[in-house]
Amino acid sequence: MSAELAHALHERTIERSLRARVVLALGPATMLGGLVWALVQPYRITLLHPFGQGFWWLVGGESPLYVVLAGLVFWRVVAVPLAKDLDSL
Amino acid sequence: MPHAEMVHWWFASGFLMLGLLAVARVVVGEEVWAMRPWRRYLLPGLMFLMGLLLWPVMTFYTNSTIHMIAHGSWAQVLMLAGGAELGLASGKLRSQWWRLCTALAMVVSGAAFLVHEQQHWLFARAAFLHHVLGWTLLVGAVFPLRQAFRPGSRTAALGFASVLFAISVLLFADRDTAAIFGHLSQFAGVPHR
Repeated sequence: MSAELAHALHERTIERSLRARVVLALGPATMLGGLVWALVQPYRITLLHPFGQGFWWLVGGESPLYVVLAGLVFWRVVAVPLAKDLDSL
Repeated sequence: MPHAEMVHWWFASGFLMLGLLAVARVVVGEEVWAMRPWRRYLLPGLMFLMGLLLWPVMTFYTNSTIHMIAHGSWAQVLMLAGGAELGLASGKLRSQWWRLCTALAMVVSGAAFLVHEQQHWLFARAAFLHHVLGWTLLVGAVFPLRQAFRPGSRTAALGFASVLFAISVLLFADRDTAAIFGHLSQFAGVPHR
């Protein structure tokens, strides 16, 4: 293999690796956003003070947790397989 | 029944997921994104599902005719955009001009937001957010419009993803009755939480 070709392949590998890292970081970054929101506005999580709360506030009012959940689902279902596909190229 | 603000948060989560999917698609590129067939259907499928779920919202959260028309129009255009993108993903639709459906969905949704919000910007937080959402969608429609003309444009794709994130943040910020920048009309009701 010529040095030029090897250099181009190396650059492509680095670029793919960078893309995989960005994709893998999206989920945890989203989860971190939800966590920060929960710390800033803990009263948004009704599970922390459940007494006297109705069903919908306990199930449907946990908005920071939805952000964490969205990040988790994205990371597990989409980002990890995507990173594997990038590596397999 | 869940509060209206909760429904906004649920849809905010959906838009957050749409935004994440859109960004990931831009980062890895279409070739890698399409390596697993199920992945092609994720974003349009979620759009279509959200459109479908707007029908019960229209049915159960309608307190005026104009609300019903607004919710109904969102449901229709979101399903149209999701359906068109699903057709493109499956290969049954081939023309890039089908991508105009997403731009149309954003224009119609934005207009519906602005038309059905009867109050001024600082009436309450919900009114403010309706105005901002309306204009965000109207201006943001530029991105899918550009994608229809230039399907490979990464700038347009990233812009579209940014609009999805913005919609998510705005919907998460919604409250049934809350002040906005210290303003709350006496006619808006009693704030809670």
